[in-house]
Amino acid sequence: MNTLLLPLVTGAEVTFWVVAPLTILGALGLVLSKRAVYAALSVAVTMVGLAALYASLDAPFLAMVQIIVYTGAVLMMFLFVLMMVGIITPDSTVESLKGQRVMAILGGIGILAFLFFAIGGSLYNEPATVTAANEQFGGNVEGLANLMFGRYVFVFELSAALLIVAAVGAMLLAHNERVRERKGQPELAADRMYAYKTKGEHPGSLPNSGVYAGSNAIGVGALLPDGTVSEKSISQTLALRGATIDPAPLTQVTGSTFAAIEAVRDEDED
Amino acid sequence: MMNPENYLILAAILFVIGALGVMLRRNALIAFLCVELMLNACNLAFVAGSHITGTLDGQTTAFFVMVVAAAEVVVGLAIIVSIYKTRRSTSVDDANLLKL
Repeated sequence: MNTLLLPLVTGAEVTFWVVAPLTILGALGLVLSKRAVYAALSVAVTMVGLAALYASLDAPFLAMVQIIVYTGAVLMMFLFVLMMVGIITPDSTVESLKGQRVMAILGGIGILAFLFFAIGGSLYNEPATVTAANEQFGGNVEGLANLMFGRYVFVFELSAALLIVAAVGAMLLAHNERVRERKGQPELAADRMYAYKTKGEHPGSLPNSGVYAGSNAIGVGALLPDGTVSEKSISQTLALRGATIDPAPLTQVTGSTFAAIEAVRDEDED
Repeated sequence: MMNPENYLILAAILFVIGALGVMLRRNALIAFLCVELMLNACNLAFVAGSHITGTLDGQTTAFFVMVVAAAEVVVGLAIIVSIYKTRRSTSVDDANLLKL
């Protein structure tokens, strides 16, 4: 890691100056991008960059764990949830609290200044290294294992308890109980017959969607004899989403064709 | 080995960007990702601190932070999903049942 590329420039330094701007760019992308997917992907950039920084800081075990746990597990879980939950809902830009944005930015600058002064006040500029500690037990992983199963074994046990509680808790939270009994085929048939008895609704299958010269998509309504669109011919889900297609322009084509044919026939008869 | 101060400054910058995201963004998922970013910034500070002290305790702590972060993500995402199921929204402004 400490091979000299140029005089006074080490490999770790090159890594830092290449990777650090990338991680900051990724973090800015997270805060500034409107779409949640782009935000999640720019966090991936940041996390891989941090893994590279860990590797250059003589922490190969943490670098691997960072890639496996964060970019592998955590971000994939985020993307799965994004897939289920409102991938298209853009973030609202309305301020619900007056002046909150300005205050937040001022607060951020305050924290940054505070951290800078805290760091500046407590640091000594002596180059330090963890190589000796790594070599003590034969490697980084062995050294970490010695600490984890030695001095911090109780913390390790506690984190095991935390993980199992978190898994069970997530299962409980995401599980949804059925409020009413699921309707099977017999119940649905009984419902249909009841609707026929009380309201006189047709118990058979619903009408097809409309078939026109230009389109027979399921979003196009079929026409009733009086020329209005039959609401039953369109799936309720599509109607609720507003994904239906107005058949009027489609019938216009057929109408104009018929008119042209009629005109020719009229000329022939004349 | 280069001066570890740079790593701490990078960690501070990342932490502040994460904190700003938590305060500015309305989407619960993005706010949550910003919390993750703040945890990551702390991890970087821990690993750099391990360098400053010359021991592996900082790296061990960073490892435990990762464990806690993983548990936190699991529970937080479950909460977001269950809120989405009932309210059809992931905006933090819409979860206002406790508001007077």
